[in-house]
Amino acid sequence: MTSRKTEILVGLFVALAIAATLMLAMNVANQGSVGNGETYNLYAKFDNIGGLKVRSSVKVGGVTIGRVENIHLDPEDFTPVVTLSISKQYIEFPETSSVSILTSGLLGEQYVGLQPGFSIDDIENLADGDYIADTKSALVLEDLIGQFLFSRDSE
Amino acid sequence: MDWLANLGRATLDRFAAVGRASYVLYGALIAVPQLKNIPLTIRQMYVVGVQSLSIIMVSGLFIGMVMALQGYTILVDYGAEGSLGPMVALSILRELGPVVTALLFAGRAGSALTAEIGLMKATEQLSSLEMMAVDPLRRIIAPRFWAGIISMPMLTVIFSAIGILGGHLVGVEWLGVDAGSYWSIMQSTVEWNEDVMNGVIKSVVFAFVVTWIAIFKGYDSIPTSEGISAATTQTVVYSSLAVLGLDFVLTAIMFGIE
Repeated sequence: MTSRKTEILVGLFVALAIAATLMLAMNVANQGSVGNGETYNLYAKFDNIGGLKVRSSVKVGGVTIGRVENIHLDPEDFTPVVTLSISKQYIEFPETSSVSILTSGLLGEQYVGLQPGFSIDDIENLADGDYIADTKSALVLEDLIGQFLFSRDSE
Repeated sequence: MDWLANLGRATLDRFAAVGRASYVLYGALIAVPQLKNIPLTIRQMYVVGVQSLSIIMVSGLFIGMVMALQGYTILVDYGAEGSLGPMVALSILRELGPVVTALLFAGRAGSALTAEIGLMKATEQLSSLEMMAVDPLRRIIAPRFWAGIISMPMLTVIFSAIGILGGHLVGVEWLGVDAGSYWSIMQSTVEWNEDVMNGVIKSVVFAFVVTWIAIFKGYDSIPTSEGISAATTQTVVYSSLAVLGLDFVLTAIMFGIE
């Protein structure tokens, strides 16, 4: 019924499909460079998050260590709270660390840059659920232009 | 009162057709655990999958090349030709791969399925099987149904991979986009679950719909030359419309506003 040639060709077809899947997996997609391992959450309050989105990356010196899990507005003081989901591989950030919202390239997407702070004996590490106190907001072009015009007028 | 009777008859016919379609689907689905049907399914995978491979690969290559050419002329105006990789990869993985594969599959394999089953019905091969106490749904319909469902996602993955390579061919080799940025920005943008797997899920849904329409139209065709011709046409038209309509719904669910 099923001739040998047919079987070989179907086998070839399946092998081709597997090869294509592997190519998509290896060369095209990233399986979340942070890995699918365990993560912990840190929170940061910003004045202005600019164009930051959920799933934007969190980077330390250009290395992605996590993603933005959630963005919501604090109902009491109306400031945006960003939830950062960070891989458990990178657990030892001192409490003096700061986060800022940066842009990759001139027109690139925005990401959260984490700057590890100094650690002395009595400074603890950030743990799950902690707020990062030292934050720098996103640069908003209109604000920059406004400041520039204002400072030029006052000269 | 004639128009009322006509309306009633048309409605009843529609419902009866849905019922018959569900019966065919039931017969095809229930036959999966039978091991003796596996050689039949492999034989059908050859007909449905391997023989569609050449048209899928050639169109994948050309669609990838056209995407790269069109994308380059627009992106180069903004000095953003580095984003050519993600543009080609995302549009092929999310939309063009599943949809074009399903449309080509409906034209190449779906119409052949309908014509084959319709002709089996017209030459009373299906009735002969029934007389020999062989259930034609299990013997004829089920292997073709499963072969379609297995083959189309595989064809989609092959289409997408070749399309992205076609984009590389035009974008990098011909137009001189930096190979490093083509692949690395693509890798940092394309997500395995979000983009690749959603495309595969789409193609599984399309495979289900297209194969179902094809085998039902064949099984339900009027056993004359006109009937088979009409059924084959209807297969291509209905599956193409179903694929395009479902694509919008699936896209809205998968990539819509959260």
